[in-house]
Amino acid sequence: MTQEQHSAQRREETQAQETTEDLNVAAGQDAGVDDLLDEIDGVLERNAEEFVRGFVQKGGQ
Amino acid sequence: MGLETEYGVLAPSMPGANATMLSAQVINSYAALVRAGRGAIAGTHWDYTDETPLNDARGFSIDRASADPSQLTDQEPELDAEAVALAGGDTRIGSTLYEEAEAGHEVLMNMVLGNGARLYVDHAHPEYSSPETSNPFAAVLWDQAGDHVALAAMRRIESLAGVPDIHLYKNNTDNKSVSYGAHENYLMPRSVPFENIAAGLIPFFVTRQIICGSGRVGRGMLGQYPGFQISARADFFEAQIGLETTIRRPIINTRDEPHAHWEKYRRLHVIIGDANLGQISTLLRTGTTALVLSMIEAGTAPHIELRDPVAALQAISHDPSLSTTVELVDGRRLTALQIQRIYAAAAAEHSATSDALDEATVEVQRRWEETLQQLETDIFSAASTVDWVAKYKLMSAYAQRHGVDFSDSRIALMDLQWADIRPEKGLYHRLAARGMMEVLYSGEQIAHAAAHPPEDTRAYFRGRVLNQYPEFVVAASWDSVSFTVPGARRLERVSTLEPLRGTRALVGELLDRELEIHEFIAALRS
Repeated sequence: MTQEQHSAQRREETQAQETTEDLNVAAGQDAGVDDLLDEIDGVLERNAEEFVRGFVQKGGQ
Repeated sequence: MGLETEYGVLAPSMPGANATMLSAQVINSYAALVRAGRGAIAGTHWDYTDETPLNDARGFSIDRASADPSQLTDQEPELDAEAVALAGGDTRIGSTLYEEAEAGHEVLMNMVLGNGARLYVDHAHPEYSSPETSNPFAAVLWDQAGDHVALAAMRRIESLAGVPDIHLYKNNTDNKSVSYGAHENYLMPRSVPFENIAAGLIPFFVTRQIICGSGRVGRGMLGQYPGFQISARADFFEAQIGLETTIRRPIINTRDEPHAHWEKYRRLHVIIGDANLGQISTLLRTGTTALVLSMIEAGTAPHIELRDPVAALQAISHDPSLSTTVELVDGRRLTALQIQRIYAAAAAEHSATSDALDEATVEVQRRWEETLQQLETDIFSAASTVDWVAKYKLMSAYAQRHGVDFSDSRIALMDLQWADIRPEKGLYHRLAARGMMEVLYSGEQIAHAAAHPPEDTRAYFRGRVLNQYPEFVVAASWDSVSFTVPGARRLERVSTLEPLRGTRALVGELLDRELEIHEFIAALRS
């Protein structure tokens, strides 16, 4: 990757990061989503980091 | 058209378990269920005679020696004693398979289902290939039926004492470099030049992710950069056009294996899509693509050419605000929304002048425009229909409530569990249970489609004979069914090379007569 491409990519990433933050605020509150978030600890598998690390797949199309 | 789903497979209590073995366990579990329900065999040999995965639509074929081993999809994968012995050092899975085998049933790597679908071990994943359907609504229904089948297999494994639970995920990556597909297949007249198909589709495929992507946490093939992106598959594509599906993945796949009369048809094999849990996202994915293909056939597709399609695909995917612009060869810079608008407008114009406008097409057109409108005004207004938006909204709310960002491991877990096919564990299903995801089909309709074929394609013949004459069907494929007839010296191989024959209208009455097998075959041959 050339220096130019690299900085272009970084610009794009910084920009995307900002929009992500804006959208987090815009997502706002929603009764249905809130309701699911209230129960989500019981739905999510225990030990998130380890569980995600253990999900390893072999080749696919 | 038809849809394929390769499920992610995991046995949480057996890290490192052999994936092919786990996948075989899923297939054999479903076979046992069908056997129990019907008292007849469920597993049918796949007939590989007409499989030609190395033929390229551009008019040449590659030789077997230079192909990647994963491209040789016309060979039955072997599962032998050695493979069982190598099953991650844990024999529990293998021993269950052997118990089934000892009960008088061989270990199956392939099944043809009573709804006309194929359920099999593909590489290292259980795969469901839906029966052929005639329109995008039916494609959604029989795709959902695949999730029903996979869930039923998973539930049976859960119920067996001493056998580790297997989880199945309708997703596309493990975020550790591996991606697996959710392919679409569209039947097209061979007379349409392939270069027109490629040119018309590339800008559409690069941008359609905004209406039907499934969303992904992490960027890059390894998920090494943080952040949310629109498409689960985008980062795994490296070429514009090519034959491969597992390496150097191309936006346009050229596998020329029509599974039908070669001189009349081509089967466009689309590998760029995300697996959708949502019914409307699946409808948008298949329905808009079918519309664009009919425009290409008619020569009414828009002429847009991207400067760098692969880079554009990824740049669009990496920006959920949808403000990223990509460059066209004429120098213009457009957003994905603007490019989709150009396609949708051309489709509306195309449909307006078409004399064979069906209800399904009108509805797809309406939903396409409505979705673009929602994404233009407020992205989150599309949360009940567009999978990536629904997922992004849920994760954003979680991140906000807990004061974490998208690099948090719980957000990564939400990404994985979004696609868990169990209603009590899958986050998509938890949202849907609250009425927050719009659906087209009820659970009852989906369960029915898991056991019954579509009525207006050759899948009807395949599914009906499997339901009605299971003990006499010895092999099947997309374009043939082989019967063994008592007293006859040879197998009766019935060709189904014409996808729009074998329908209820053509063979329903004959099947309803419930003839003896030899009478049935004689009637077919007459």
